[in-house]
Amino acid sequence: MRMALNEGEQIPELRVTPDKYLPHRYAGASGDFNPIHIDDEFAKMVGLPRNILHGLYSMGLVAKANAAIADGDPRALKRLSVQMRGMGVPEQEIVVTGTVKSSDGGRVVVDTVAAQGETALIKNAEAELEV
Amino acid sequence: MPLKTDAVWEGMAGSTYQVGREKIKEYANALGIDNPVHHDVEAARAAGFRDVVAPPMFAVVYSSPAMAPAILDPEVELNFAAMVHGGQEFAWDEPACSGDEITTSTRCLSIEEKDGKGFYVFETNSVNQDGAQVARGTWTLIVRGV
Repeated sequence: MRMALNEGEQIPELRVTPDKYLPHRYAGASGDFNPIHIDDEFAKMVGLPRNILHGLYSMGLVAKANAAIADGDPRALKRLSVQMRGMGVPEQEIVVTGTVKSSDGGRVVVDTVAAQGETALIKNAEAELEV
Repeated sequence: MPLKTDAVWEGMAGSTYQVGREKIKEYANALGIDNPVHHDVEAARAAGFRDVVAPPMFAVVYSSPAMAPAILDPEVELNFAAMVHGGQEFAWDEPACSGDEITTSTRCLSIEEKDGKGFYVFETNSVNQDGAQVARGTWTLIVRGV
């Protein structure tokens, strides 16, 4: 089932709490083994609060939240542009929310944000979908 | 040392990535994406794909190997240790399916200094074995303290 979305409507909220070992699994899946993501001691040594999530993981959640409006069809998402801002950490809930900016025929543009508490991880995310 | 902004990086022949079912499944599992088209070949074929299909952001998996030489090229002089990933865009065309061979080329679009930071913008262009456009990526890397 595909949703009929009008300007100003919200996409279904996505809530995910990445567990302690998520950054390790994402590192394996993506090939990005930067130690700031998988080595807590190293991360603290370079001044981070702890090992942090991959920005592209958070972007992946933004893509997933948007694909949901096309019932997860991987063909629907045509473009996704994001800014990575705050640092995401494991073991804290991520909330992805989105508002339809325009809906023209089958072309939907969604403004999306991914946040952990008060920290925005992904800002100014614009997703363009064909639904 | 002033930021080197005149590097023109037109890339190399490109790196080729062979897409496989298990890798797609591993990526989908990490993101908690349970649509069977990413896990099961029959479900993927029933939905009109030639094989298990990758989620769009799998573009990271097949295109980032082509970014490494650009970032590390001495000509670009990018201070990798002070780098953060500031922005990313992907635009998708043909879906990436298991069995595809995707070749990605990279070029440096711009290097600018702003507010004491270096902004490096690279573009990756990924095409499959049939020459069809799969994804185009724009990568904004920010280097602090230049």
